[in-house]
Amino acid sequence: MTAFWVLAPFMVLAALGLVLARKAVHAALCLAVVMISLAVLYAAQGAPFLFAVQIVVYTGAIMMLFLFVLMLVGVESAESLAESIPGQRIGAVVVALVFGALGVVGVAQSVTGAVVGVDAANEGGNVEGLAALMFGPYVLAFEATAALLITAVLGAMVLAHRERLGRRLTQREVAEGRLQDYAHHGTHPGQLPTPGVFARHNAVDTPALLPDGSVVETSVPAPLRARDQVRPGDRSEVDAVARELEPGEDPR
Amino acid sequence: MTEYLGLSMLLFTIGAAGVLVRRNAIVVFMCVELMLNAANLALVSFSRRHGELDGQLAAFFVMVVAAAEVVVGLAIIVSIYRTRRSTSVDDASLLKA
Amino acid sequence: MNDVLDTAWVLVALPLAGALLLLTWGKESDRFGHWIGTAASAASFVWGAVLFVALAGRDADDRSVTTTLFTWFDVGRVRVDMALTYDQLSALFVLLITGVGTLIHVYSIGYMADDPRRRRFFAFLNLFVAAMLTLVLAADYLVLFLGWEGVGLASYLLIGFWQHKPSAAAAAQKAFVMNRVGDLGMVIAIALMLAHLGTTDIARVATGVPALSDGVVTGLGLLLLLGACGKSAQVPLQAWLLDAMEGPTPVSALIHAATMVTAGVYLIVRSAAIYDASEAARLAVVAVGLVTLLAGAAIGCAKDDIKKALAGSTMSQIGYMTLAAGLGPAGYAFAIFHLVTHGFFKANMFLGAGSVMHGTGDDVDMRHYGALRTAMPVTFFTFAAGYLAIIGFPGLSGFWSKDKIIETAFGFNVWVGLGTLLGAGVTAFYMTRLMAMTFLGRKRWREGVHPHESPAVMTVPLVVLAALSVLGGVMLLGHWITDWLAPVVGEAHHEELPVPAIVLTLSVLVVVAAGVALAWATYGRREVAADAPTDREVGWWTRAARHELYGNAVNDALVVRPTGQLVRGVTAFDKHVVAGAVSGLAGLFRDASQGLGRLQTGFVRSYALVLFGGAAALAAALLAVTIA
Repeated sequence: MTAFWVLAPFMVLAALGLVLARKAVHAALCLAVVMISLAVLYAAQGAPFLFAVQIVVYTGAIMMLFLFVLMLVGVESAESLAESIPGQRIGAVVVALVFGALGVVGVAQSVTGAVVGVDAANEGGNVEGLAALMFGPYVLAFEATAALLITAVLGAMVLAHRERLGRRLTQREVAEGRLQDYAHHGTHPGQLPTPGVFARHNAVDTPALLPDGSVVETSVPAPLRARDQVRPGDRSEVDAVARELEPGEDPR
Repeated sequence: MTEYLGLSMLLFTIGAAGVLVRRNAIVVFMCVELMLNAANLALVSFSRRHGELDGQLAAFFVMVVAAAEVVVGLAIIVSIYRTRRSTSVDDASLLKA
Repeated sequence: MNDVLDTAWVLVALPLAGALLLLTWGKESDRFGHWIGTAASAASFVWGAVLFVALAGRDADDRSVTTTLFTWFDVGRVRVDMALTYDQLSALFVLLITGVGTLIHVYSIGYMADDPRRRRFFAFLNLFVAAMLTLVLAADYLVLFLGWEGVGLASYLLIGFWQHKPSAAAAAQKAFVMNRVGDLGMVIAIALMLAHLGTTDIARVATGVPALSDGVVTGLGLLLLLGACGKSAQVPLQAWLLDAMEGPTPVSALIHAATMVTAGVYLIVRSAAIYDASEAARLAVVAVGLVTLLAGAAIGCAKDDIKKALAGSTMSQIGYMTLAAGLGPAGYAFAIFHLVTHGFFKANMFLGAGSVMHGTGDDVDMRHYGALRTAMPVTFFTFAAGYLAIIGFPGLSGFWSKDKIIETAFGFNVWVGLGTLLGAGVTAFYMTRLMAMTFLGRKRWREGVHPHESPAVMTVPLVVLAALSVLGGVMLLGHWITDWLAPVVGEAHHEELPVPAIVLTLSVLVVVAAGVALAWATYGRREVAADAPTDREVGWWTRAARHELYGNAVNDALVVRPTGQLVRGVTAFDKHVVAGAVSGLAGLFRDASQGLGRLQTGFVRSYALVLFGGAAALAAALLAVTIA
């Protein structure tokens, strides 16, 4: 019971955090807290196998998927908390309170009698007991879940697949296109220099310098430029370093 | 025993409220997962109450189904995001009178 | 089967083929289409004559040949054969229809020469001849009905031939609708036959009649009489015939004088077995005939329109026939005899009237004629032959046929006989009036009208018909016609007359002479006003006769206006109650769904809230049950 009373408040707080957090990443972290706590509760209730599965499947796989998708659609997408449907929030709170109160009362009403405990059932080992059930009476359901998983994988592939709208360009066409761009718009035809080339640092926030000493802003990743986190780069700094390394020799 | 079920109810209700309140589809989805987990906790508790492992097995199946659901659901969210550049569930509201 | 009489179908096929050919052939046949139509009719006449000779060559009791062409339809217990019966009665009709029909075809070549749609006119005439022949040759009431409707259709098409005239279009519709009323009786009669006898074959119906109850036989007789009234313009379905004069005059002569309007008489005679078995039905026939006879004669006296006066006369003469047919076996043969002679002289006079109209620029008002005998001598003399025939001048065809009917009527009942006698007098009056106003007296021609004799193509048929009008009485020589028809209509047994026949004949002549004298005194010697006196200046009897004895007003008051009221009422009911309920309900649902549609916000979260609320309510209910 100790584990329950220690964990339960955390879980409720984390669950509320999930609902109230402004940023989706924070919500995901709160959910992870709830899930790990749940795993502990499973263990405390004589379900070691589920403990492991909860950790591996939920916090390991599912949470990772959530975070992966969050990264994909943009971590920054913090939603505004202003409610757009009139009455929705108040209605939700009221209904939730009623439902929760009813549920708790109902559970307290209905569950009577002594707790048997699973020690007897776990006599031959929890995993072996579950396996006997799973491959015994529940083998059909188990097979069905296999089919379900395959279907889900296929479904995800179909949904994530992006149809190619045009023909794949050949290497020659790509090269010609680049030179056409150079001819008409003056776009640099070659590879852009990576950040830090000839610069004082080779960190990603340091713009590259061309051999003539000019600064190439575009070598810094766009997100950093957008956040104005580009380290100012200057030819003079390079010269200063060069002088430190080889004093008395002016490169110019 | 009752306290476990009470916690389960509480988590379930919070999850449901989250589904109703949040607009980001991914967060809504997380709230659904919270509801599933709450149900799992109830199942495991019932298993202990009756001294049978069937409840635990049911919880295991719920996890498998949840995994499949998450895969498909997130794929749907991603493809909606690709076309609409939004993950708000309120944006998909053209089907109305 | 290799009998020439089995080829009666050729009679129908020839004009039918002519009609189809003329209706489907293009414009290039406009030049010679009328010759095709005339040739088809003439060929049918020639074939009819061949068949007649073949029939006459047989033994008297072997003169009915029924040929089954094919089974028309066979449904359950009902089987109808497309069968034709060629016997003494139909043979006479075939000769009358094709003979008079061919003459009128020839006449129409001249009469319709300037009409751009002459080819179509001939197609319709051929269609009529084919349908009429189907009618008289039918061995089955349903086949007869096919011809019956066929002549109705042809009549409709021909009355409304000049459909650009609203009056003609309306007259065609009126004829069609009133004929449908009669047809209804016919249809019900056929249904009765099917219900009680299981057959519509005329011969088998005749043999089955004795097994039927009196009520059914009387019903059949009255229903067939209703059909006959519609087709033959008898009271109470007489109103269409006068309006039907809107059609071209050859049509009036062929359809509305000589042939189609006599189909009702034919039907009654053909159904002799039914009428022989029902006293009441026969009495109804006599009553209808007598009333129509007098009504038609009265109308004929007052009309200034030459064709309408003749139409009233036609009504009256068909009244004679119907009356004779109602007298039972004693009268059937005389009804047919009068029908044939009337076919001759009335066609003759209608064509004569057409010739007069042709010569005076399509004027039909007799008050604008006068003294036409010098301008149109051939027309005058042929018309005079018809005139003498219809009033019953001794020796001419009408004398023999009408005298026989009057004689038989006196044998039946003195009052009916007196009615027919009066009719003969009135006939003499109105025909003399017509004759005097048209051909005698002083010129009352409108300005610019120069009456002239019609071309030979029109006068030759007139001469032939005039000859037939004069000589038609030969059929009675040695009682030929009664003996000829006896196997079909039954042997006539002579009634004891209240007075000797010769006295009766003489009294008829006296009455006729009185009618002629009265008319001559009124219209021959005195000047006829060029403009008709208005309704106020004439007596009530003239006013009534001018208005066709208020037949249209009666129809209007009894049928048209109540029906119109009913239709308006039903329409209003439909519009306000039925449609109102429907659209009201629809409006209710529309408003309700618009209101409910607001709940359909499209936001999935609000749906989820309702769902969650429902779950809460369910939980509350469960809890309530558990606690209670």
